[in-house]
Amino acid sequence: MELFLIFLSAAIVNNFVLAYFLGICPFIGVSSKLSSAVSMGMATTFVMTITSIVTWLIYHMILIPFNLEFLQYVSFILVIASLVQFVEMFIKKVSQPLYRALGIFLPLITTNCAILGLALFIILREYTFIEGIFYGLGAGAGFTLAISIMAGIREELDLADVPKPFQGAAITLIVAGILALAFMGFSGMISV
Amino acid sequence: MSKNVSAVKDFTKGLWEQNAVFKQVLGMCPTLAVTVSAINGIAMALATTFVLVFSSMIISLIRKLIPTQVRIASYILIIATFVTIVDLVMKALFPELSKALGPYIPLIVVNCLILGRQEAFSSKNGVFRSVLDALGMGAGFLLALFMLGGVREILGSRTLLGFQVLPNLYEPWLVMILPAGAFLTLGLLMAYFNNREINKKTKQREAILQKHLSSKQSPAVEGGEA
Repeated sequence: MELFLIFLSAAIVNNFVLAYFLGICPFIGVSSKLSSAVSMGMATTFVMTITSIVTWLIYHMILIPFNLEFLQYVSFILVIASLVQFVEMFIKKVSQPLYRALGIFLPLITTNCAILGLALFIILREYTFIEGIFYGLGAGAGFTLAISIMAGIREELDLADVPKPFQGAAITLIVAGILALAFMGFSGMISV
Repeated sequence: MSKNVSAVKDFTKGLWEQNAVFKQVLGMCPTLAVTVSAINGIAMALATTFVLVFSSMIISLIRKLIPTQVRIASYILIIATFVTIVDLVMKALFPELSKALGPYIPLIVVNCLILGRQEAFSSKNGVFRSVLDALGMGAGFLLALFMLGGVREILGSRTLLGFQVLPNLYEPWLVMILPAGAFLTLGLLMAYFNNREINKKTKQREAILQKHLSSKQSPAVEGGEA
C-alpha cells in the first residue's frame, strides 16, 4: 500500500513536470506529435527506473562507505550519461523501428533534468531501495502522462487560430499553466 | 577596432538578442521553479553564471585536447565539478538561500543553457571571447529570472526583494506563487515581447514602404512644378 501511494504521489499529485518543473525541455520540445511524445515518455520512464536502481546502489554501497558524498553530482551524471548510451545501443540492437522512432530523443534524455532530479530526490527523501524503484516508476508514468496530454492538446491547437504574439513557445507555456492548475486539484490527496 | 566591436557583440548578444529564456527557450527548469521571489531568481542566476563562466573558460582552454567523441561527457564532468563547488559554498555561506533553492542548485548540471553554450561557442572560440559570451548569456539569464521573479513576487505576495510595494488593500494572487503561475507568467511575458517585436517589424516595413513611395512620387511632383 505504502509503495502504491509513493507511485501515485510521484505520478499525479506531485507530478514531476507540472509541480516540480523537471523535464520542461522535452515537455516543450517533443510534445508537438502524440506518437513521438508517447515514445519519449516510454524511453524516459525506462531510463528513470534503471537510474533509480543504479544511483541508489552507488550512493549507499560506494559513496557512503568511503565518505565520498561530495562526488554525488559528478558520479550520478556520469552514470546517467552512460546508461542512456547503453539503452540507445540496446534498442538499436533489439528493435530497429523503435530506434528510428526515438531517434534524436534518446541522447537528449541525458540532459533531461527529471532524471538527475529523480536521483537527487531519492537520496534527499531517504527512500529505501524498493521505495526508490516505485518512485522512479511513478515519476516516469507522470512524465509520460503529462507529455501525452500536452501533445494531445497541441495537436488540436494546430487547428486553432492562435493570436500571432502567442504562437510558438508562449501558447505552449500557457497551456502548461492551465494543465498545472488542473493537476493542482490533486494536491493534498496524498502527503508522501 | 573591429576586434573590439566583435568582443562587445559577444557580450551584448546574450543580453537580449539571443536571450536564453525569452528567445532560445533554454534552461527552463530553474527559470520556472525558483522564481517564486526576485531574490531566489537572482541567486539562481548568479550561481548559473558562475558555473557557466568558469566551465566556458576551462573548456575553451582545453578544447583542442578533448576528442570529439567524448566531448559531451567531458563537458558535463567539468560542469558538474563547478556545480559541486557552488553547492558546497552556498551551503556554507548562505544556508537559508541554499535551502530555498533545494535540489535546483545541483540541477544546474543539466541546465541545457550551459551545455548549449559549450557546444555552440566555447568549443570553437578562444578563452577571452568564450568568457565574454558566458558573461553575456549569464547577464541575460539574470535579467529574465529577475523579471519573472519580480512579477510573481509583486502579484503573489505584494513585495519586491522583501519590501512591500503594493498596499494591503490588494489581495495577493495565490496562483502566482504556485507552479501554474510560473507557466502563465512566462507565457504572457513571452507573448508581450513577441508582440513588441512584431510591432517594431511592421513599423520598419511601413517606414521603408513610405520612403519608397515618396521617392517615387517626388520626381513626379518636381516635374509638375517645372
